[in-house]
Amino acid sequence: MARDRSPAELVGAVPDATFEITFDGRPIVALPGQSLAAVLWAAGILAWRTTRVGGRPRGAFCGIGHCFDCLATVNGEPNRRACLVPARPGDAVTTQEGHGHAELGDR
Amino acid sequence: MVGAACAYYAARRGLQVTVLDRGSVAGGTTGAGEGNLLVSDKEPGPELELALHSTQLWRELAEVLPSRIEYEAKGGLVVASDEKGLAALREFAARQTAAGVTAEVVPGGRLGDLEPHLAPGLAGGVHYPQDAQVQPALAAAHLLRAAGDRVSLRLGEEVTEILTGAHGEVRGVRTPSGDLHAPYVVNAAGTWGGELARLAGVDLPVLPRRGFVLVTEPLPRLVRRKVYAADYVADVASDSAALQTSAVVEGTPAGPVLIGASRERVGYDRSPSVEVLRRLAGQAVRLFPALATMRAVRTYAGFRPYLPDHLPAIGPDPRRPGLLHACGHEGAGIGLAPATGRIIAETLADGELPLDISPFRPDRFGGGEAG
Repeated sequence: MARDRSPAELVGAVPDATFEITFDGRPIVALPGQSLAAVLWAAGILAWRTTRVGGRPRGAFCGIGHCFDCLATVNGEPNRRACLVPARPGDAVTTQEGHGHAELGDR
Repeated sequence: MVGAACAYYAARRGLQVTVLDRGSVAGGTTGAGEGNLLVSDKEPGPELELALHSTQLWRELAEVLPSRIEYEAKGGLVVASDEKGLAALREFAARQTAAGVTAEVVPGGRLGDLEPHLAPGLAGGVHYPQDAQVQPALAAAHLLRAAGDRVSLRLGEEVTEILTGAHGEVRGVRTPSGDLHAPYVVNAAGTWGGELARLAGVDLPVLPRRGFVLVTEPLPRLVRRKVYAADYVADVASDSAALQTSAVVEGTPAGPVLIGASRERVGYDRSPSVEVLRRLAGQAVRLFPALATMRAVRTYAGFRPYLPDHLPAIGPDPRRPGLLHACGHEGAGIGLAPATGRIIAETLADGELPLDISPFRPDRFGGGEAG
């Protein structure tokens, strides 16, 4: 799956061994060098955050770190831009609800 | 913002107004600030009178303009880290109270009731319920829209010449698209007000004073009011060209926390300064330790229009009949805009002025005509 939806075939890449990350606890296969957004996309996951006001789903939009739409909670830290963060073995990505700082109280 | 307020109040007085801007609405200093509507940082005197009148007008505007301008009567909280600082703050607040400001001294132990995330151990502070905030770019745009048909807006059009008549009186302006005739021209060019004055042949020493704002990721209501350290007041009043920073921290309805305020006189240099941003961030974290782990997602810079005595130039210029000035409000232009606009409108309509404007005389710096 990870290979099917990556440009690896197209460029004749010979990537190193795959590894696993998790999304909301579910294991997903990642290729070395992929951003978290690429890993999620390759697994068919398009949304990993809900908006602050309307609770609408969000995922990668610009893919180059500008739009801040692809924010996710990574290893417990909210507001990481999934399109910029390289996937590492064992990373735990969780769906971020709103601002991701529920521990700070209201809103 | 000041220009929009002049247009709005002049139109309400029945005048026809053309707003010319070489850029876009809120493309200058208005779009580079935080939307502070403060009385807390002002010494008793003419600027405070202007601010108090503006506070009232902003309240009225908030009823008329859409809620999207994000007007929030959130109040300000000025804090002192030690007893000496608190004593100075109390004395300052007592003088402000005598001048009509509402100020309540808050002992250190009660600061947490007002701001639950404020650093522990501060000596105390003063709460200013009249301080408020708007989203300045939206406020300027909606104010122009609310002004109605009497105001026509010409953006991207720069004034290149002030037209004068046989007796030196103003007859209008020239722009690349032609001449626009008018009996009165209001200079609301902000930081660039000195250049426009020069076109009219008069001297007005407006200088840019640079400031940076640091913007965090969207957060829950971590900061409820305008919160700043007592040193800010001294920085505002200082004449130094060197860098001064004193964190002013506030949340916004959209979520991000804004962190100002730096002041330095470096001309129109926009290049980001890591040193300034580092100091602002450090001071903000000392006020709100929870910010330490939050991300700053961007920063922006702007130029406050600064006049040598820190007061704006408002009203007719006796050196050039028909020319009025409404600029030089330094970092308080959003807050002071409505009162300024009303003064200009009443002057144009021969109405009654809301307050004594002699401290704001545009010719007070001497220099006379600039050739």
